[in-house]
Amino acid sequence: MNPQRLSLSFSSTSYKYRFVQGFIRALKRINRQKLATSLLSRSSPTEIYKRYLKVKSAADASMASAVGLRRAWSRALLQRIRDQERINFGNKYYKYCPAGTRIRGKSTTFTMIRNIKRSSDDRNCKDQESINNGALGWKANELRKLVPGGEAMDMCNLLDETAHYIKCLATQVKLMKRIADFASA
Amino acid sequence: MSSRRSSSRQSGVSMNISDDQITDLVSKLQRLIPEIRNRRSDKVSASKVLQETCNYIRNLHREVDDLSDRLSQLLATTENDSAQAAIIRSLLM
Repeated sequence: MNPQRLSLSFSSTSYKYRFVQGFIRALKRINRQKLATSLLSRSSPTEIYKRYLKVKSAADASMASAVGLRRAWSRALLQRIRDQERINFGNKYYKYCPAGTRIRGKSTTFTMIRNIKRSSDDRNCKDQESINNGALGWKANELRKLVPGGEAMDMCNLLDETAHYIKCLATQVKLMKRIADFASA
Repeated sequence: MSSRRSSSRQSGVSMNISDDQITDLVSKLQRLIPEIRNRRSDKVSASKVLQETCNYIRNLHREVDDLSDRLSQLLATTENDSAQAAIIRSLLM
């Protein structure tokens, strides 16, 4: 493959590489935890379900980490996973957000909500209300539930973030498939 | 003022929401969704694009779930380091 095209295409090697590295590292960690549990409980349905949740959360977090904090959806996703880990496993499991990484989740959300409320003051803006109440607004609300962090985004940001999110999700699925095929070969 | 400043720092996109901008973004989404791309029709309404986007995202989420399930069962085989190197090499070809 032409190396120049690789660097220009979206699914750049660095995203893929960071995702695969982070994900495989997480899988090894999950496997170690599995081996540390007793032989009896290892294949209980609860343990199997917990492991599935850990793998899924590892995959999502690896992708979000590979993208980094420059996208609203990846920030929101990392924040969500961090909160869930805190609830499920306690404070020592902040794997994906090393100490000192400040995820500006809350302040970003409030800033964006303020933007939505204020946009009707701006004469040059099409009224956010009319966008939200039109036919598009209804579909957009469905989309907001699916895209991490979508709740607090206005229409433009939502569409922009959705496009990037879809590209990353598709890449994630493709790479996970290859890993699974490789592991089962 | 601060809202405009922080929003442009946020996304790099102007906060003036115009119809054109929305149409551009919707058509950008349209190109990404395989369902619509394969139909080769130019006249897809914006709400159809959003609907297909939602469906596509749900499908991808479901695939991630299935693959996570499969991987959690295959866990033991991805352990050793040479396997990891081989995986990374093959994936980035």
